[in-house]
Amino acid sequence: MKLGKLDIDLYERALGHLVTPEIDALVERIPKPTGSFGYDPWGYNEDTFKIALGVVKLIYDRYFHVTAYGLENVPQSGRLMVIPNHSGQLPIDGFLVGVGLATNPHGPRLARAMIERFFPTIPWIGNFLNAIGGVIGDPVNCGKMLEMDEAIIVFPEGVRGSGKPFRDRYKLQRFGNGFMHLAVNHNTPIIPVGVVGCEETMPALGNIKPLAKLLGIPYFPVLPVYFPLPARVSLHFGKPLQFGPGPFTEVQATECVETVKDEIRRLIDVGLKQRKSIF
Amino acid sequence: MASNKKKEQVVPAERKTVLITGAAGSLAQRVIAKLQGRHDVIAVDFRQKVDTDAGIPSYLVELHKRGFEDVFAAHKIDAVIHIGRIFAHEKTRMQRYNSNVLGTKRLLDLSHKYGVKQVLIHSTYFVYGASAYNPAPIDEDAPLKAAEVTQDLIDSVELESLANIYMWKYPDLNMTILRPCNVLGPGVRNSMSLLLSRSIVPVLIGFSPLMQFVHVDDMTEAVILAFEKNHPGIYNVAPEDYVPYQEAVGQCGCHRLPIPSIPPMLPRAISGALNWNAFFPPYLINYFKYPVILDGRLFRQTFGWKPKRNLNDIFSYFRKKKLAASMG
Repeated sequence: MKLGKLDIDLYERALGHLVTPEIDALVERIPKPTGSFGYDPWGYNEDTFKIALGVVKLIYDRYFHVTAYGLENVPQSGRLMVIPNHSGQLPIDGFLVGVGLATNPHGPRLARAMIERFFPTIPWIGNFLNAIGGVIGDPVNCGKMLEMDEAIIVFPEGVRGSGKPFRDRYKLQRFGNGFMHLAVNHNTPIIPVGVVGCEETMPALGNIKPLAKLLGIPYFPVLPVYFPLPARVSLHFGKPLQFGPGPFTEVQATECVETVKDEIRRLIDVGLKQRKSIF
Repeated sequence: MASNKKKEQVVPAERKTVLITGAAGSLAQRVIAKLQGRHDVIAVDFRQKVDTDAGIPSYLVELHKRGFEDVFAAHKIDAVIHIGRIFAHEKTRMQRYNSNVLGTKRLLDLSHKYGVKQVLIHSTYFVYGASAYNPAPIDEDAPLKAAEVTQDLIDSVELESLANIYMWKYPDLNMTILRPCNVLGPGVRNSMSLLLSRSIVPVLIGFSPLMQFVHVDDMTEAVILAFEKNHPGIYNVAPEDYVPYQEAVGQCGCHRLPIPSIPPMLPRAISGALNWNAFFPPYLINYFKYPVILDGRLFRQTFGWKPKRNLNDIFSYFRKKKLAASMG
């Protein structure tokens, strides 16, 4: 019995360190309708989110030493699409952008990240990612969430961006047009984000395609170390871009996507110029 | 679905003759009790001749058998509420197909032949299929993917396709299809209810999909509203509240029995080997793995339905039942 109580004490003390009053207050400010058990239709759960935010905030501050610029550009409410560049093999950039938005002093927001379709099939991981706000990247899901005035993070480069080798760092890969159609069809502003530093967390020399295929994953990078390096990361949030009204043809969408890419490129350049050291 | 947007009609004052299938079931029993007095009810069931109050004719008849037509010949039926269904654990796949699909086809043909003016079909959310790629919440226009998952749900999907054909072929049938989430409550004997009534309940390791539950009394209300307001169309019936399966299991006072979830064939094999057909059948395993969350807004807005019982009311019934059993 004593051991049981001790366990609970330890757990609660650990929780107290992670879910600081600051995080409690931030999550309190996030407008989020949930049901009687604290879940929304996509499986988001406030309690799990708080703990995860506590953990990732530590990594955000103390490991990647993240600095976020332009957070005042992010609208405090209403539907929103956040479009960053994608890099670093693992979706660390997604987590960091999410923390940046959730801890925004101008008005914290829960941003839903679009996760890969194979995640829900993995035990625990699928439920966990849903609980902290992740949702599979399905256009129907995005549409429904925007209609419910959610903020969503989309990486239009997908695995082309995250899986690219280090020699292509900070070169934007092809953007899908899907996000633009969603934005104009649902009258949603776009916040472009330049992420600097994530390229250096996992510098890939190449990709072992047959192994990736064997494992059923999008790519298998050749890395000097199979652990994210503590590169300094900076996030540069741009001003909201509004396109439309839709519907767009593919040609129109491609043109507007180029505008978003140009803005992200500009934000990345600002970040690269500002950066004094990689680590 | 332009018909769904029709302006709300005044509740009809006229007395109708309503045929209700599956009359032995708990939902049908409640619907009968509500309609009784205001309308003339005819009770039909394929399992047993249902004991009804005076003035309610009751028939034991299988829908796909010839005798069923006599019911239509004997009464001037205005409306049909089709609730009766054979569950997968009750009979063989062939018998189920005959009853659920061919029986429904016959019911619709007879309804057309005898000038029935309204048909309400109680379907299930299972038709959407539990897939890892399901968006949320699912609205009524989503494809019905249950047949992709298992052959054991083909009858549910086919019943709906059939109903859809009749919907455009015979618009005068004024058909409404209701697709409720998990219906629970006293007397309900579907798989989910049998499952949560048990003291030890299987859960898949690492998976706890969100679920929606509706109390059988609220579902009764939904059926009555859909019948009386009569706005033909297809509607999900679900409250705007969600709970992960494993949490629901705990809330119902059940002990969790974790079973391996991968590879996917393993839990199916376990269920099959242990003969869990009635409450955790192999063909429903995916519903305990991936969420099927319904968008119930269309129904709520069209019919002004608001469930009166919350999740706690629903789960406390199972807790109390277990407590009563343990006290002997």
